[in-house]
Amino acid sequence: MRDFISSRVLSIASSPLSEFLTLTQGVKNIISLGIGEPDFVTPYHIREEMIDSLLDGQTQYTDSRGIQPLREAIAAYLKERHDLCYDPNSEIIVTIGASEAIDLVFRTVLEEGDEVLLPDPGYISYEPCVRLSGGVPVPVATDSTFQLTGQALEECVTPRSKVLVLSYPNNPTGAVLDDEHLQQIVDVCKRHNLLVISDEIYNELVYDGVRQRSVAALPGMRERTATLNGFSKAFAMTGQRIGYVAAPEYLTAAFSKVHTNTILCASRTSQMGALAALVEGQRTDYQEVAKMRDSYDARRRLMVHAFSEMGLECYEPKGAFYMFPSIKSTGLSSREFCKRLLEEEGVVCIPGHAFGKMGEGHIRCCYATAHERLMEAFSRMRAFLERLRSQSCSNDC
Amino acid sequence: MTPLQEKLLPILEEDCRTPLDVLAVMVGDTPERVKEAIEQLEKDQVILRYRPLVNWDKTGRTFVEAMIDVKVTPQRDKGFDAIAKRIVCYPEVKNVYLMSGAYDLIVLVEAPTLKELALFVSEKLSVLDSVTATSTSFVLKRYKQEGVIFDELKEDRRLLVTP
Repeated sequence: MRDFISSRVLSIASSPLSEFLTLTQGVKNIISLGIGEPDFVTPYHIREEMIDSLLDGQTQYTDSRGIQPLREAIAAYLKERHDLCYDPNSEIIVTIGASEAIDLVFRTVLEEGDEVLLPDPGYISYEPCVRLSGGVPVPVATDSTFQLTGQALEECVTPRSKVLVLSYPNNPTGAVLDDEHLQQIVDVCKRHNLLVISDEIYNELVYDGVRQRSVAALPGMRERTATLNGFSKAFAMTGQRIGYVAAPEYLTAAFSKVHTNTILCASRTSQMGALAALVEGQRTDYQEVAKMRDSYDARRRLMVHAFSEMGLECYEPKGAFYMFPSIKSTGLSSREFCKRLLEEEGVVCIPGHAFGKMGEGHIRCCYATAHERLMEAFSRMRAFLERLRSQSCSNDC
Repeated sequence: MTPLQEKLLPILEEDCRTPLDVLAVMVGDTPERVKEAIEQLEKDQVILRYRPLVNWDKTGRTFVEAMIDVKVTPQRDKGFDAIAKRIVCYPEVKNVYLMSGAYDLIVLVEAPTLKELALFVSEKLSVLDSVTATSTSFVLKRYKQEGVIFDELKEDRRLLVTP
């Protein structure tokens, strides 16, 4: 039989996550720190708005770019919260989550062989999406605090470099990019005429008074940036699959060609929910978001404290809801560590190598889980680490 | 209220059994200062009591509960406070609120039997001097109390591993 699968798809490695999902089968009493979504249900007023729209018979296709009031609310939100100016009529497209927006931008801008610079470690799906669009992923190592430096970026730039993906606050590390590093990166992008994809999906989830600046708000960057965002994390709307891309008109017009032909439009029901989220947010100064953020923050502190007590070296995350501690001291690979932790203690973490080569030696732990469950997970991890240490000690002796 | 106290209250309201050292980590302060802040909240009667929220429907205990709308004549200089302060003294009375609308007070009453509750209304509450009318509604089933939904499905619907 012919090989029906395209070489592009064949070039994509199978997801390390699916291996772990398989491993969880049959293990009892699992506590998962391997989840990448909020533990809140979508706020009720948002669900109610979606139900009402369905009862009202709002079940048709929408404008391919998304319903006008939602695009207007997104433009107002971006201006108010992130100092970004986009025209709702020509510079915003509502997408099926930020995930579609990622694919959409790559498809629109990449030629075969174009290089895409990806800070490493980084979100799992960038690399496969680049390959699917014919691009070449180029990992750029981040420093010990998971900051992307101008120098590291510069060293990876070649004549084929076309796009840089920035994703801060970061999944899996929880790092935010400080202004100094951001400026270095902006300089490199301008010097080498790079397009920036700024994935800002976690931008509402920042702690300790830290703020993540939007790269498109910096002088000269708007014209070369596509800003991606969505409702999954800030408004706990993961299952509704709703997000957007905001970019200058010349880019948006091109995105629109792809989006119209592949997706037609995002779910009308989800668009109604997203609109409700923003309208209520604008009315209440995003109280609901703040409440969820405070709750994550309390649990972030618990995890920071627990890992430091366990002796796991860890950068203190300032955003998202992940920690990325180093497990190098155990001598195990991140895959082996996570596999044994799951089999022996029923705790799921994601091995760092899933997020790029630089992620090896780390594990991703999500703290968006009830604090009693977190405490239980920590005590199991503590027992696991003690066992590992006593085993290695008896081997040495 | 100090910022520390403001941070502590929502956590305690969610679970007042959260241990002191855990609370301290969650709010980013020392256990000593957290202890002090809570003691002050207790002293100031911001925190009145710590007690479980019980779903009695799941126990063998039988009792009746009723919401009684009460119309009263307010007293000169004392308004509704004087009568409300008398009503709260009855052990059968669980909650008392001053209300806007057709009636003045809502009184939540609990008694072991229907008969005892009826007697309370007819012999104790209605006969108070300032009480001019009552309307009693019995509680048939509890769905939500203190912000907690009874019999809510607590399962985590999230996949165990997601990117």
